[in-house]
Amino acid sequence: MSASGLRPDLAAIADMIRPGARVLDVGCGDGALLEHLVRTKNVDGRGIEISQANVNACVARGLAVVQGDADSDLVDYPAQVFDAVILSQTIQATEKPRAVLNHLLRIGRRTAVSLPNFGYWKVRLSLLTGGRMPRTSALDYSWSETPNIHLCTLADFVDLTRECGASIVEAHALNPGGTTSRISPAKLTDNYMGPNVFAQGAIFLLKKS
Amino acid sequence: MTEAPRFLRPVKAPAANVGKAVTFDTPLPLDCGRSLAPFTVAYMTYGALNADKSNAVLICHALTGDQFVASDHPITGKPGWWTTMVGPGKPIDTDRFFVICANVIGGCMGSTGPAETDPATGQPFGLNFPLVTIRDMVRAQKRLVDHLGIEKLLAVVGGSMGGMQALQWAASYPESLRAVVPIACAARHSAQNIAFHEVGRQAIMADPDWRGGEYQLHGTRPAKGLAVARMAAHITYVSEMALQNKFGRNLQNRDAKSFQFTPDFQIESYLHHQGASFVDRFDANSYLYITRAMDYFDLAEEHGGLLSEVFRVNAARFCIVSFSSDWLFPPFENKRIAHALNAVAAQVSFVEISSDKGHDAFLLDEPEMFATVRGFLNHAASDLI
Repeated sequence: MSASGLRPDLAAIADMIRPGARVLDVGCGDGALLEHLVRTKNVDGRGIEISQANVNACVARGLAVVQGDADSDLVDYPAQVFDAVILSQTIQATEKPRAVLNHLLRIGRRTAVSLPNFGYWKVRLSLLTGGRMPRTSALDYSWSETPNIHLCTLADFVDLTRECGASIVEAHALNPGGTTSRISPAKLTDNYMGPNVFAQGAIFLLKKS
Repeated sequence: MTEAPRFLRPVKAPAANVGKAVTFDTPLPLDCGRSLAPFTVAYMTYGALNADKSNAVLICHALTGDQFVASDHPITGKPGWWTTMVGPGKPIDTDRFFVICANVIGGCMGSTGPAETDPATGQPFGLNFPLVTIRDMVRAQKRLVDHLGIEKLLAVVGGSMGGMQALQWAASYPESLRAVVPIACAARHSAQNIAFHEVGRQAIMADPDWRGGEYQLHGTRPAKGLAVARMAAHITYVSEMALQNKFGRNLQNRDAKSFQFTPDFQIESYLHHQGASFVDRFDANSYLYITRAMDYFDLAEEHGGLLSEVFRVNAARFCIVSFSSDWLFPPFENKRIAHALNAVAAQVSFVEISSDKGHDAFLLDEPEMFATVRGFLNHAASDLI
């Protein structure tokens, strides 16, 4: 946990948000990040969350959260109404990651995405030596039970951002120790060295180029 | 002038609180172009209004509901219709909030409606009563709220037609409320819903005892027609699965089919019971008028069909609640409201509660609904009380 009490990836996202911004958090969970942003940065925050229990937790926190699904509901949001749209640890669980990313880029002027890295060396080693679908602390599901149906490496994600016409404003590696560090986007597509091997995940700030 | 309300039917539960009725002499302008003067609003209150009058919650009732939301009904003797939601320690906590619930105009529980005496003729209004709309009902409620000296309601809460009124409150008087909780409703009545209402109205009007709406003058009551209307409507309040689970094809008090048209199936006698108990407490002409008010409801109509325009510049917080198996006001209709509010940057939350109980779920034991409403209201009240 960071000084703010937030998960490290959420804290890194929080640092990317300007005070007073209009923010949409897609897959906002129990609202921890949104509440933090409302309280410390006075943002005008909105959320979308699929779980009933989480929506209730958000509503009780006074947050404006719509129960819904990133795959089906983003189409109803008008273009460019949010300063920032957040998708944390969710894109790998969507049915159509490319469509979801396109919607995020359309709805927000900036899009913050955090995701696990399937190219992390422990994942690679686990598959190489074990011959079974890897399970790691960040991705602790059996292949048949996992909600993470669209896993990718950081390099794969960078490819997707290019295909969607987005440019990477900044990128941060999510390190094994729970810290984050800023990384150069150019190094992300190196297959055998750099963050695509050594980061457990990453946080991207994107904009439509 | 405030007094005890006058009811059409005899009070069978003398211990029940009958509430109050206030009569306004200043005319109430109506959407149809006519006006009502004088007009009476019968209402109940629960809990105490605090010193700065910031803890008032208005509850709007549904088509066949009334003001007895949290206390025994004086005519039927039955408990209030929303005692699971409203009361001491309940999600709408009468230990903290001052709860107001008024009978709608057009209704038959003490507010001015078609069964009341028309001061112009000295006879019951009958079909001379003007057609009222959801907005007219809300106008009358606003008069009551003003009369009670409340400038700003903490919240307006309602299910079904009550939800329509809550939305209308937000549209008509955005500066007079802080929070809105529309439950199991829509911003417009659908073609299917209008169709069901028309079946009910035709059943009433086909009853020879309806007498062109003048049944009071003839000393008759279109009980059969009203019962059929209620039976047809009741089917729309429950889900197919709930009916199947509760009744299936079970026979009522018999081992074999009778090969007659007497009610063989449990579902038939259940509907007969629903119809029969309804006519004991409800006025047929009121049913015609209130269903018509719902049919006419289309919040976006005067904004060129753009629902979001209705809510432009709205500082209120909204919490919209829907139920997965509600086919009268399906979740997508409720969500439409949330999207319209989102489009104009209003503060809106939306929940779709998983339930197999259909539209009536909002009146039943739905813990997720209670949790949602409790959390929302507590937060809305957190900086006030």
